[in-house]
Amino acid sequence: MTEMQKLYLLVPLAPLFGAIIAGLFGWAIGRRASHTITILGMVVCLVASIVVFQDVMAGNIFNGPVYTWLASGSIRFEIGFLIDPLSATMMIVVSFVSLMVHIYTIGYMADDPGYQRFFSYISLFTFSMLMLVMSNNFLQLFFGWEAVGLVSYLLIGFWYTRPTAIYANMKAFLVNRVGDFGFLLGIALVLMYFGTLDYAAVFAGAERLSGNTIELFPGVPWSLMTVICILLFIGAMGKSAQFPLHVWLPDSMEGPTPISALIHAATMVTAGIFMVARMSPLFELSETALSFVLVIGAITAFFMALIATVQYDIKRVVAYSTLSQLGYMTMALGASAYSAAIFHLFTHAFFKAVLFLGAGSVIIAMHHQQDMRKMGGLAKYMPITYMTMLIGALANAGLPPFAGFFSKETIVEALHHATVPGAGFAYALAVAGVFVGGFYSFRLVFYAFHGKERFADPHHPDVKAADAEAAAAGHDDHGHDDHHAEAHKPHESPAVVWVPLVLLAIPSICAGWLIGSFLYGNYFGSSIMVHPSHTAMATLAQGFHGVIGMMTHALSTLPFWLAIAGAATAWFLYIVRPELPAKLRRQWGFVVTILMEKYGLDRFNDWFFAGGARALGMGLWKGGDVAVIDNVMVNGSARVVGWFASVIRHVQSGYIYHYAFAMIIGILLLLTLAYIR
Amino acid sequence: MMQGLPLLSLAIWAPIIAGVAVLLTGGDRNASAARMIALIGALIGFAVTIPLYTGFNLQQGGFQFVEMRTWIDTLNANYHLGIDGISLLLILLNSLTTVLVVVAGWQVIESRVSQYMAAFLFLSGLMNGVFSSLDALLFYVFFEATLIPMFIIIGVWGGPNRVYAAIKFFLYTLMGSLLSLVALIYLYFSAGGSFSLFDFYQTQLPLVVQVSVFIAFFMAFAVKVPMWPVHTWLPDAHVEAPTGGSVVLAAVMLKLGGYGFLRLSLPIVPDASHLLAPVVIGLSLIAVVYIGLVALVQTDMKKLIAYSSISHMGFVTLGIFLFNAQGMEGAVIQMISHGFISGAMFLCVGVLYDRMHSRLIADYGGVANRMPVFAALFMFFSMANAGLPGTSGFVGEFLVIMGAMQVNFWFAFAAAITLIFGAAYTLWMYKRVIFGAVANAHVGELQDINAREFLVLGVLAVLVLVMGVWPQPFADVLHVSVNELLAHVSFSKLPAQ
Repeated sequence: MTEMQKLYLLVPLAPLFGAIIAGLFGWAIGRRASHTITILGMVVCLVASIVVFQDVMAGNIFNGPVYTWLASGSIRFEIGFLIDPLSATMMIVVSFVSLMVHIYTIGYMADDPGYQRFFSYISLFTFSMLMLVMSNNFLQLFFGWEAVGLVSYLLIGFWYTRPTAIYANMKAFLVNRVGDFGFLLGIALVLMYFGTLDYAAVFAGAERLSGNTIELFPGVPWSLMTVICILLFIGAMGKSAQFPLHVWLPDSMEGPTPISALIHAATMVTAGIFMVARMSPLFELSETALSFVLVIGAITAFFMALIATVQYDIKRVVAYSTLSQLGYMTMALGASAYSAAIFHLFTHAFFKAVLFLGAGSVIIAMHHQQDMRKMGGLAKYMPITYMTMLIGALANAGLPPFAGFFSKETIVEALHHATVPGAGFAYALAVAGVFVGGFYSFRLVFYAFHGKERFADPHHPDVKAADAEAAAAGHDDHGHDDHHAEAHKPHESPAVVWVPLVLLAIPSICAGWLIGSFLYGNYFGSSIMVHPSHTAMATLAQGFHGVIGMMTHALSTLPFWLAIAGAATAWFLYIVRPELPAKLRRQWGFVVTILMEKYGLDRFNDWFFAGGARALGMGLWKGGDVAVIDNVMVNGSARVVGWFASVIRHVQSGYIYHYAFAMIIGILLLLTLAYIR
Repeated sequence: MMQGLPLLSLAIWAPIIAGVAVLLTGGDRNASAARMIALIGALIGFAVTIPLYTGFNLQQGGFQFVEMRTWIDTLNANYHLGIDGISLLLILLNSLTTVLVVVAGWQVIESRVSQYMAAFLFLSGLMNGVFSSLDALLFYVFFEATLIPMFIIIGVWGGPNRVYAAIKFFLYTLMGSLLSLVALIYLYFSAGGSFSLFDFYQTQLPLVVQVSVFIAFFMAFAVKVPMWPVHTWLPDAHVEAPTGGSVVLAAVMLKLGGYGFLRLSLPIVPDASHLLAPVVIGLSLIAVVYIGLVALVQTDMKKLIAYSSISHMGFVTLGIFLFNAQGMEGAVIQMISHGFISGAMFLCVGVLYDRMHSRLIADYGGVANRMPVFAALFMFFSMANAGLPGTSGFVGEFLVIMGAMQVNFWFAFAAAITLIFGAAYTLWMYKRVIFGAVANAHVGELQDINAREFLVLGVLAVLVLVMGVWPQPFADVLHVSVNELLAHVSFSKLPAQ
């Protein structure tokens, strides 16, 4: 094993070591030692990732096994690494954001009794996510895939006494399992046709099998690649929260805020995007699958952004914004702009982590109050949080020169040039989504940080509405009593909280400037494959004239002005005429209800899937097992035997003359038989 | 040195002799002696199986550690033992489970201790007998004899409805196996007056006969597995059985059925097995889906895990009848893994039952507040039960789904539904029992698990994890045996026309 290969191993194992120590021995070594060990593990992990990254940039790509997990028949299932520009980029993103979140957690979870457990979980998550992105085969990908799902489950339900949290974590796991169901079938098809789960071998054979068809229904041949890709993408829909499997992500906000930033924004939810980019040699062979990806992404990007515009919970606004941004990434995948999708994943990781961690900082300051109606005017009390949130919002809205601008603009442009069916639809929704994105981003900033200081005014109509709603819902699950908020002035969070915010805000500004080398400099090399007929990114490359050129060009494009218009609308509604939103909500009550009800999907799922499965299970149990099998067949045959015995019993009456009679009849019968012969 | 010892005989008779010794301690006045002797016996029983693993030749086909003595001369029945990779894993599972069950029952069982411990030791020896018999009559005797100790365990130390459950268990399984005796006697004559399995394997049989023999065997083994629709004895038996009984029943006894398919049905009547495979696969998939839904609505934890057991055993029969390497190895690995996981799940319920004397989910809630260590272990086993990668629960299901895809997309589709249902019923139960605020005063008084309970669950947790992260050592011992079996089954045994 070379030195570099040892380093590859060190990257995931350092966080795993921290997780094991903090998880199993956290009770013995205490809080301080637990967070020190896990953070040290993360520092080692980040440094190693950077060294590996530089090595990869120098042209050293690695693809090899670590150990044989299982050999069955002629197939070897192996654990192994593929270290190329794609995975090296992901390693940097994951380890950097994770380290920031580790540090931030010291402040955010300071008072929590589950402190060590929390550190153990987030380190375990980092390990799982790294194994996922570093994998060189489908099996390990699935391992990481499910493992991050497990940690997500554990972390959403971290406060396990809250009914909403333990509902949300189960929902998240089950919805993800629906995606994994498709994913596993896709993997099984790959294994069946390629005879291996190794990426390199599968991608090498993909072209050869692209003409194959498969008849899932007799007489209806489908392209094999289309079936495989759509099944794999169903997995991505679960993990990356694409419509209609997105329903778990907003509820996942029940978890502590640091993990919302790390898992449910920056890293885990992007696993699906990463996976499809990784599988580009397969997806490129199926126009149908790309089209499907594109349309799903477009629906998610636009319709989830709409929901964000009506939410009051600061974390939910950011959560729906995440859904929308994931939709943009998915659209990019569908348009064969894989590099743009990964670029947006990269920039989004930073600014979405800022938004979540900033929201967390606000939540600390507000004593675990998350309702924006009870905020307002926070900017002067927490200037650092405000500045970083503003940067995050600018990046999220896609305004130059912030990071989100470059990646989002590229995606919209790529959609413009895409040719797969559905591209026009996707382009229209993407452009419209830019306006909505500008609006909800600045609605958050203006509503929470500017305007009246509603937290000090219990009689403000917004606060009253919020209190009435909380009372109607009958829960006060924020752990703290809301009345105390009035007594204290909010103040800036401690350094362990704001330092990570600042460190993440810097790349939120300038990560986008890397666009030239990232997208147009053959950065990804062979790790992403684009079919020559899919020309969107190639066309963009011709029109690209540097970072400054892209920004000046933007001034003459529709998306830029739509984003500005969105921000301006938010400014008008929440600064100039703050009484107007409530009025509009009343006037557009029907639309608002649809949005607040999240298009009714949750209700439908609860009724149809959860309720349906329980009803079916009850029916099969009472009707099948109890009524038919047990009562009719089992106890029924026992009754028949019993009845038969009760009849036969009469024969054995004990009267000599009965026996004698039977004997005579018998002898007569025997004689008759003998005579007839 | 070890090679000279009759290791298989030791694996069978050491626990049985220990069981006799335990019985000799008499009444409950000597309970502590009974426990100690039982533990020593179980440990010796496990220790003698370790050289079986270390001395097992991975490359060598056929049966190893063969012992042959005349048993009943007039019937040409022999005391003929030997194991292949499949038997080896099951023997190890059985002997280990016995140790765990003895430890788990240490303080819990207070009445008729010696009989309780002896019953498990007898059962352990008898089941090792089943897994190592190469003579059909010997196999049948061991197979039937296992019923008796389990019948007693359920009937004596069971819950309030134990008599119904015990009789249901006994009659169900006896009915099934009586027909197989008829089949064995028929085969005895067909093979020219021999009960040797090797002779059975070579005997050519016309298809009609093969189908009849298959059905007779099927009745015996399907009830044991149990397969839908002859599964309804299992939930009743589990609910009424004491914890140890449930553990052995789920962890080992159900495997007698899967093992029977592999050792008798497939090699003796391969053509009928192929012919009727779609039926068996259909029933297996019904088990996975239908039983998964039924498990979802159970209100009794033991019943829920019992149904979950049936659903998971569906993967065993599915894998066996796919006739490919992934399917069959997946099936055997699933049997071993299910042994660990279902055993652990029943032990977890036992831990709660010992404290609260209730198995109803509704009586719990917020247990994590009082029993954090237990909650962590139970979470681990629940995830394993839901087939999480990295635990043993994933390995078998994964292989079987991969194998099923090669036969038919929809087989894999139906089997993979377990990903959703398995997670749903397990995690929903976990949520209601473990999570939440402390539900009532009884939960508030719960004490976390003690060292003895931690030891038993900890051993199983390590096994589940190791087998999930690195299943290769388990699969290695299977390769040659499974390949041989598949090769044998691929040849028709129909007489030449």
